[in-house]
Amino acid sequence: MTTSTVSTPTPARNGSPPRRRAGKHATLLTLNAVSIVGGIGVWWVLALTGLQLPTPPEVLAKGIELAASGTLAEDLLASLGRVLAGFLLGSAAAIPVGFLMGWYVPARGLFEPWIQFFRTIPPLALLPLVLVLMGIGELPKVFVIFLAAFLACVISTYQGVVSVDRTLINAARVLGAKDGTIFLRVVVPASSPFILVGMRVGLGSAWATLVAAELLAAQAGLGFRMQQAQTYYDLATIFVSIVAIGVLGLVMDRLLLLAETRLTGWQERR
Amino acid sequence: MSTDTPTLTGTAKISVRDTRKTFALKDEEFVALDGVSLDVADNEFVTVVGPSGCGKSTLMNIVAGLETPTSGQVLVDGAGVTGPGPERGVIFQQYALFPWLTVRKNVEFGLKVAGLPAAERRERSEHYVRLVGLEQFADALPKTLSGGMKQRCAIARAYAVNPSILLMDEPFGALDALTRVRLQEQLLDTWSTEKRTVLFITHDVDEAVFLAGRVVVMAARPGRIHEVIDVNLPYPRTEEVRLSPEFAELRNRVWRAVYHQTQTQTKN
Repeated sequence: MTTSTVSTPTPARNGSPPRRRAGKHATLLTLNAVSIVGGIGVWWVLALTGLQLPTPPEVLAKGIELAASGTLAEDLLASLGRVLAGFLLGSAAAIPVGFLMGWYVPARGLFEPWIQFFRTIPPLALLPLVLVLMGIGELPKVFVIFLAAFLACVISTYQGVVSVDRTLINAARVLGAKDGTIFLRVVVPASSPFILVGMRVGLGSAWATLVAAELLAAQAGLGFRMQQAQTYYDLATIFVSIVAIGVLGLVMDRLLLLAETRLTGWQERR
Repeated sequence: MSTDTPTLTGTAKISVRDTRKTFALKDEEFVALDGVSLDVADNEFVTVVGPSGCGKSTLMNIVAGLETPTSGQVLVDGAGVTGPGPERGVIFQQYALFPWLTVRKNVEFGLKVAGLPAAERRERSEHYVRLVGLEQFADALPKTLSGGMKQRCAIARAYAVNPSILLMDEPFGALDALTRVRLQEQLLDTWSTEKRTVLFITHDVDEAVFLAGRVVVMAARPGRIHEVIDVNLPYPRTEEVRLSPEFAELRNRVWRAVYHQTQTQTKN
């Protein structure tokens, strides 16, 4: 018959051989571990040499105490609830708005001035206004977090839609696809890497905003706990909260990174 | 001139009539195509060769319906082209595979758009994936394929929707010389079993002569047809044909047609 008696398929090339990469990976992990242990060591030495810091064991003990009393879990849940509510609402609003801005010029013209304006204002700067207008319940905090996540994600989504390769759109058109199909089957998947990056930035921004918002006005949460501890000069509790904020933020970021790798693994890395 | 009067070339598959395309550049007008007329018969293999800026890609985009001419018109099967359509398959130099879809899903894209049931899509895609020799890579993502394999996948994708015309815009331009020769032979193989009208754009003189029944040589500034050269070499085009003196002579003729116009161009 026809085909490729002449063509020999070349196997996929993948950069450096797996063994070398694994070795490099192990070295990096070892260095990470050394760095963490070393850092804690420095902290310990500083705490013992007269700086007013609690030692690592004191912080650990405080952490266990707070966990046992249920305070830590309460704070974690309060903070997580706010950040997730704000982040999910923010992303859910940002993605359609970003698509509209990228796809329809009138939408871009209408939305862009407001988004550019609010982007230059740290969401926290709106907190005094929001507190006056919305009271001191959950709503104002969720709102500023929503704003933080929304602004980060909407710009990224819009960029993603605008930078979709024209050739891919043409390829779909010549295969008979109309606008709706091109949007769903080409523009949405092609811009998904941008959206996920936007969501990651949005999550970081939401988390930062949350803790600051809690410092100013809250009855529970990690930020609130630190604020309380400050008035009692309880440095150990502040340390516990800082560690919890860091670890939680890292875990959420890694989860999104995992989703990103799963969903956008098709990308060619240059 | 009324466009509905059939001309001598009324039977042409593709009929480009006095087509002009200009772009606005700052304060001057750039003439990409200056009154180009060309007829391509059914199942004919025509290559278009010329220096860069001669408007060969613009010509293809107009036939594909991706660009509209400033004046003149393009008829396909006697009907005016108003936009892209599945009866005109296009193969791009940059492959334009959907990177998030596997080879099979890429080939099925147009079939899905056309609303074919899954079983039929699968059957058609199997056939064309096999036709271009990618059956082992049917479930691979484009990023794992070499350039040549990507272009074979793009060819399968274009064939799958069963177009009567294939428009190819320097499809092998980004490939190394050896892969390029292999793909040329393979393309002719595929074309000999599944005949289509092919308009093939290239800047490679050897490629233009090896593939075509007719070579259209274009000139730049303004973009126009310089000369049309018939290639009276038999199909199938084997290596013997490629190394024959007749091939060399035609190649030289086309070369001179492309080269000498470039010389006059530099004088201006």
